[in-house]
Amino acid sequence: MSALTSSPAREGRPGILPWLAVPALLFFVGFAVVPLVGVFLLSFTTWDGIGSIEPSGLTSWRAVLTDPGLPHALWVTFLVMAVSWAVQTPASILLGTFLAGRQRYRAVLSLIYFVPLLLSSAAIAVAYKALLDPNFGLGAGLGFDWLSKDWLGRPWLAFGVVIFVVSWQFVPFHSLIYQGGVQQIPKSLYEAAQLDGAGQIRQFFSITLPQLKYTIITSSTLMVVGSLTFFDLIFVLTEGGPGDATRVLALDMYKRGFQASLMGPASVIAVILVLVGLALALLLRRLGGRDAGESQLEGV
Amino acid sequence: MALSRRTLLGLAAAAPASAALAACGSSGPSESGGGTATYWHLSGQPQEGVRTGAVERFNKANPKGKIEVTTFENDAFKTRIKTAIGAGKAPTIIWGWGGGTLRTYVKAGQVDDLTPWFDENPEFKNRLFPNSLGPATVDGKLYAVPFESVEPIVLFYNKKVFDDVGVQPPQSWDDIMALVPRFNAKGIAPFALGGQSRWTNMMWLEFLFDRIGGPEVFQAIYDGEKDAWSHPAAIEALTKVQDLVKADGFIKGFSSITADSNADQALLYTGKAAMMLHGTWSYGIQQNEGKNFVSSGGLGFMNFPPVEGGKGDPSNSVGNPAQYLSISSKASAEQKEIAKKFFATGVLTDEEVKEWIDTGAVPIRKDSQKLLAGSKSSEFLEFVYGVASNAKAFGQSWDQALSPTSAEALLDNIVRLFQLSISPQQFASNLNKVIGT
Repeated sequence: MSALTSSPAREGRPGILPWLAVPALLFFVGFAVVPLVGVFLLSFTTWDGIGSIEPSGLTSWRAVLTDPGLPHALWVTFLVMAVSWAVQTPASILLGTFLAGRQRYRAVLSLIYFVPLLLSSAAIAVAYKALLDPNFGLGAGLGFDWLSKDWLGRPWLAFGVVIFVVSWQFVPFHSLIYQGGVQQIPKSLYEAAQLDGAGQIRQFFSITLPQLKYTIITSSTLMVVGSLTFFDLIFVLTEGGPGDATRVLALDMYKRGFQASLMGPASVIAVILVLVGLALALLLRRLGGRDAGESQLEGV
Repeated sequence: MALSRRTLLGLAAAAPASAALAACGSSGPSESGGGTATYWHLSGQPQEGVRTGAVERFNKANPKGKIEVTTFENDAFKTRIKTAIGAGKAPTIIWGWGGGTLRTYVKAGQVDDLTPWFDENPEFKNRLFPNSLGPATVDGKLYAVPFESVEPIVLFYNKKVFDDVGVQPPQSWDDIMALVPRFNAKGIAPFALGGQSRWTNMMWLEFLFDRIGGPEVFQAIYDGEKDAWSHPAAIEALTKVQDLVKADGFIKGFSSITADSNADQALLYTGKAAMMLHGTWSYGIQQNEGKNFVSSGGLGFMNFPPVEGGKGDPSNSVGNPAQYLSISSKASAEQKEIAKKFFATGVLTDEEVKEWIDTGAVPIRKDSQKLLAGSKSSEFLEFVYGVASNAKAFGQSWDQALSPTSAEALLDNIVRLFQLSISPQQFASNLNKVIGT
C-alpha cells in the first residue's frame, strides 16, 4: 500500500504525495479564496463596518465608478508602478552585475546593500519622515538649506520621495536576483567575447543583458505586482497626501473602508485591485513568451 | 439575509486584519463572558498610567469581578475598535470620544442605553461639567459615561519670542494678521502647524466658524441641513483661513509636519514659531520635551481671540468636552454588571482626579477646581478650568462630532483648502455633498 514505493506499473494511482499539498491548499482557501469571495459579496452592500449588512445591489459600484477619485488613484498607482520600475530595474541590474564579480570585498558589500530589505517598511517610513522633516530633519541638522525642502508637502516632491524610499528598500532584493542571474551566465561566453576583443561595456550589452532576459521578466513581475501592495510605506510616509497626490489604490481602499467607514465602496476597490493584479500578472507572462519556463542556456 | 453579519465580516476582515489579530493573540476579547469584563483604551503616558491605575484599584476592591485591560496606540485604536465592534467582538467597555462615532454604534445597536444607569446614579451626573454630556447623547438618551478630562483648544504662544520682537499677544483677528509680517520679518514663523495630520488644520476652522457665525453655523451642518457649509459665515471663515495661508501665517513646509511626532510643539518651544493653536494636552508635552521652557514661564496661553464683527461669543470654546465609556450590547449580563459597577465606583474617583491634575489635565468634575490651586501647573489648569466652565458653547471637535464618513471628507478637503488648491466655494460644495451621511 505504501504509495512511495509505487512502481511504474501503478502510475495511474496517485500516491501520498498530492495529499501533502492539502494543508497548503486549506490555507490558500481559508486565507485567500474565502476572503476574496467575502469581499466580492461585500462590494454589493453599503455596509458601514458596524451595523447590519444589507445587500444594496450596485450602489457601491456606481458610487466608486463615478467617483473622480478612482481614475486618480488608478493613475497614481500606475505611475508609482512605472516610475519605480524604471528607477529600480537599471539600478538593480548594474548593482547585481557588479556584485556578481569575484573580489572578496563584494561579498561584504552585498551584505551591506541587503540591509534595507531586512527593515520593516513602517520603520523605514518613520526614519525617512524624521530625516526629511523641514525643521528638525537632516537638512536642518547638517545646515544644508537645499535639503530642508517641504518634501512631503508638495505633490511632486512627495511622489519623488515615495519612489526614492521604495527603491531604497527594494533595489537590494532585485539586485540579489540579478546577481544570481549573472552568475549563471556561462564563463565561456565572456571568454569568447574577450578573444574577439570586446570590452567590458560591449560584453555587458551583448552578453549580460540578453542573457538576463528572463531574470528581468521575473524581477519585473515581482516589482509590478508588488507595487500594487505598497501600502504601509506610503501610509506612514504621506498618508496618501498631500491632498491625494500619493493615494494609491491600496491606500484608497483602506481610507474608504477603515477611516471613512465605507466598507462597501472599499470592497469595490479591493475587487478592482485584484483584477488589476491578475491582469498585470497575465500580461507579464505573455510578454515573457511561451518559452519563459525553458532554459535560457539552450543553444549555447 | 442568509449570511450573518459575523460570518461575512470574518471573511472580509480575515485578510487585512489577520496580522492585527495575530499580533493580538490570546489577549483579544474573550466571548467567554464569565467573571471578567474587557476594556480597551489608549496607550501613551501619562494618561495610560492614570487609566490603568483606576482599573487596578477597582480590581483590588472587586476580586470577583475583574476588568482586563488591553491598550492600543491612538490611530490603531480607532481602526481596531470599529473592526472589533463590526465583527461582534467588542470589549465590554468601549473607550471613545462620543459624538458621531458613538452615534454610528447606537444606530447599529452595538452599545447599551445608559440613561437608566444615570438615573440610578444622579450624584455622578451632577458633578460633571454640563457640556460633557452633549457628545454622549443620541436622540435624547445617554449612551456613554463622560470621564477623564476636558481638553479645549487654546492659543499657545512663546512669550520670549513676543518679547524679542516687541509685540503683544493678539486680541483680535486683525491683530493676528498684523502680527504675521512682524514675525516673518524676523525669520520666525507666526504659527506652528502640523498640517499633515489634518485635524490640526481643522481647529482653525472650528474657531473661525464659531467666532464669525456662532455655534449655530456648525450646528446646522451637524443637524444635516442642506447646503449648510455654504452659510455666508462659513465662506467668510474659509476665506480668512486662506488669507492667513497666503500671508505666510503658517510655518514653511507645514504640510509635511505631523502632530504625532510632536514636531509642531517643538517649533513653539524652540522659538522657531511664535504661536500655535492646539489642544490643552499640548501643555504636558511641552513640559516633558521643552526642557525648562514651561517651568521658566516661557509658555503663554489664551482663548482664541474674537473676529471683528463676528457673532460668536468670545468665551466659546471647542475641543474634547470629555472622553467617554460605553458598554457593548454584546457583552454578557455579568460583564455589564462589572462595567456599571466600575462606572459607579471606579471612575473619576478622588484619587483619579488628583492623578489627572498631576498630569496637567483638568478632570471633568466640577468640584475639581479647589484642587487645582495646589498643583504645580496651577496657573494653566485654572485657566483651562475657566475656559471649560465659562464657555457659553463648547463645541466638540468636528472630526469626532461628525460621522466617520463626513469627517473623512472634511479632513481631506481641509488639506486642499490649506494648500490653496480649492476655493472656499469649492470646499463648501464638496462638503455639502456629504452632509448628513
